[in-house]
Amino acid sequence: MSDTPVLEAIEIVKELGSGAGKVRAVKGANLALVPGELTLLMGPSGSGKTTLLSILGCILTPTSGTLKVAGIDTSDLNAEELADLRRKHMGFIFQSYNLFPTLTALENVRIALDVRGQKGFAAANRAEEVLRDVGLAYRLKSYPANLSGGEQQRVAVARAIASSPSIVLADEPTAALDGENGHAVMALLARIAKEQHRSVLAVTHDPRTLSYADRVVRIEDGRIVGEERRPEGLDAPEIADLTKRRKAHA
Amino acid sequence: MILTLAFRNLFHDRIRLAVTLVGILFSIVLVAVQLGLYLGASKMITDNIDHAKADLWITAYGAKSLEDGGMLLTSRERHQALATPGVKAVIPLVVRFAEWRKPEGGSTRVVIVGTDAEDGGLVPFNLVEGTWEDIKSPEAVAVDKSYFNELGIKGLGDTAQIATGRVRVRALTDGIRSFTQSPYTYTTLNRARSLFGDSDGTSFYLVQLQPGANVEKVRHDLESRLEGAEVLTQQEFRDRNLKQWLFKTGAGVALIGGALLGSLVGTVIVAQTLYSSTKDHLSEFATLRALGSSSGYIHKVILAQAGISAVVGYVLGISIALTILLFSRNTALPMVMTPGLAFWLFALTVGMCAISALSAIVKVTKIDPATVFNR
Repeated sequence: MSDTPVLEAIEIVKELGSGAGKVRAVKGANLALVPGELTLLMGPSGSGKTTLLSILGCILTPTSGTLKVAGIDTSDLNAEELADLRRKHMGFIFQSYNLFPTLTALENVRIALDVRGQKGFAAANRAEEVLRDVGLAYRLKSYPANLSGGEQQRVAVARAIASSPSIVLADEPTAALDGENGHAVMALLARIAKEQHRSVLAVTHDPRTLSYADRVVRIEDGRIVGEERRPEGLDAPEIADLTKRRKAHA
Repeated sequence: MILTLAFRNLFHDRIRLAVTLVGILFSIVLVAVQLGLYLGASKMITDNIDHAKADLWITAYGAKSLEDGGMLLTSRERHQALATPGVKAVIPLVVRFAEWRKPEGGSTRVVIVGTDAEDGGLVPFNLVEGTWEDIKSPEAVAVDKSYFNELGIKGLGDTAQIATGRVRVRALTDGIRSFTQSPYTYTTLNRARSLFGDSDGTSFYLVQLQPGANVEKVRHDLESRLEGAEVLTQQEFRDRNLKQWLFKTGAGVALIGGALLGSLVGTVIVAQTLYSSTKDHLSEFATLRALGSSSGYIHKVILAQAGISAVVGYVLGISIALTILLFSRNTALPMVMTPGLAFWLFALTVGMCAISALSAIVKVTKIDPATVFNR
C-alpha cells in the first residue's frame, strides 16, 4: 500500500455566514487520504463533517488552510478548475443517491462518464461493467423510481467509480438504507478501496459501518478529535470498544 | 447524453412541455400569418411593377403609387425622353381609378391599366382564359376571375360601363389581387385613354435602355430634361409603392407590429417554461456540477432543451400556418409563404428559444454544488 496521500488537508478552516451570524464550521482540520483505505469520518450532527467533506471534495473552498488533490494545491483554482479536478480525481456518493429520475440505471452511470468526455460504445460498455460489478446486471434499464433504496445507492456507487477516480467521497451512504442494504453498500465501498486501490472516505454516524473501516476519524465541533486505525486482525466490535475507551479517557 | 438528458427533462413533464409548445406554436403561427400577410400585401402592391419591363419609370412629380400617379404626362415628355442618349424605348402606361357600373346595377371602383402588349412594357400576365389578342378586340377588357362578385359579372362576354364607354370581358387573369380592393382591369392603351376622354395623357412612361447604357447617367440626363417629372429606377418605384400602401396607411406597421408581438409573446412563454423546468431540475444540475461537469456542459443541456422545443414547436406551428395559408388563398388578403420566410421563421424560433434559455442559464450558473449534500 502506498503512503503517498492522494488528498491532503492542512489546517482547514471554514467560516459560514457573515457578520453576527458567522459560524466557524471547521476549525483547523488536518486529514490525509491514501490509496487502498476506507476511512470513516464520524461525528455527531452539526460537528462539521459534511462541511469538511464538501471542502475535501472541492465543492466548498476553505476560508483558510491548504487542500492538495493529487499533489495540486487548490487554493488558487477557480470554480471551473475545481470542477475539472473533481472530474479527474473524484467520485461522489450522496445520502439521497441524487440519481437522475428520468434516466435509467445505465444512463445514470453513462452521464458521469459523459461529463468526463467518455462517450459512445466504450462508455456504454464501461457503465454496464460497473453496474454488473455492483450486482445490478439485471437492473440496467430500470429507472430510479423502480429501484429499491439499496439498488439506487449501488447505482450511485457505480456512477462514482465508473471513471476510476483515485478518491471516492461518500456522504452518509447508509443513512437511508436498512441494515442489510447498509452492510451491502459498505462492503462494496470496502471492496472498492481494497481491490481497486482507491481512497474511500465516508462521512457517517452509523455505527454499523465501523466494521468495514480501515481508519476512523472523529470530528466534534469542527475539530478532528481522534483517529483510530484498525489494528491487524481487529474486528468491528473491538474497534468500537477501543473508540469508546479513548473517548472516555479524553 | 446531453440530448438524452435534455429530451427526458422535457418529456418527463408533459403538461409543461405542452405549455411550452403551445407558446412556440402560438408565436410561430402569429408571426407566420402576420409576415405571410405582409408578403401577400407586398406582392399585391408590386405585382404589376415586377412584371413591367422597365429600367426606369418616368412619373409625374410626387406620384405616390402605381394607382395614384397624379398629374398625367404628355407626349412631350415622351419625345424628350426618346431624345436622351442611351434610351431605347419609352412605353406609355395608363393606370387610373375608374367607376365600374355593374350590368345589374350598382358600381364599384376599379383600376384601369392601359397597356399595349406589343410595346413590351407591361404585358397582362396570369391570363387563364382569352389572350392578349382578345383584349385588342373592340370594347375588350381583362379582369381577374376572383373579382366576379365585386364586378357583378359571371364570366367571359359580360359587359359593364366604365366612365364614358361600355366594356366587355374578353379575357381572365388568375391571382392578380389588388391591395386597394379595386380590381385591376386591363385594356389597350388607346381604349383606356378613350374611356377617360383623353387622347394623349399617360400616367407613366416605362423607359428601356440600350444595351450597355449607364442607368445613373441616363437617369440624370432625363431628370435635367423633364420638368415636373420624376425618374425612378424600378426598385425605387417599387419601394415607393410599398411605402405608400403599407406604411403611410399603417397596414404594414400593423402587420409587422403583430409579428413582433408574436415573437415577444413566444419568447416570454418559452422563457418562463424553460426557467421553470430548469428550476425543477436544479438539484440534478447541481449533481452534475458536483460530479465535475463544466458549466458549459450544463448550458448545453439547457440549450438542447430549448432546441428540441424549437424544432417540435416549429414543425407544429408551420403546419398550422400552411393550413391557414391554404384557406386564405381566395380571400381579400391571401397569405404568402416563401422558402425564405419558412427558413427565417425557423431561425426566429431557434433564436427565440435560445434567448429564452438565457434566464435558465443564468439561474443554473448560480448553482451551488454544495446543495447536493443538503437534500
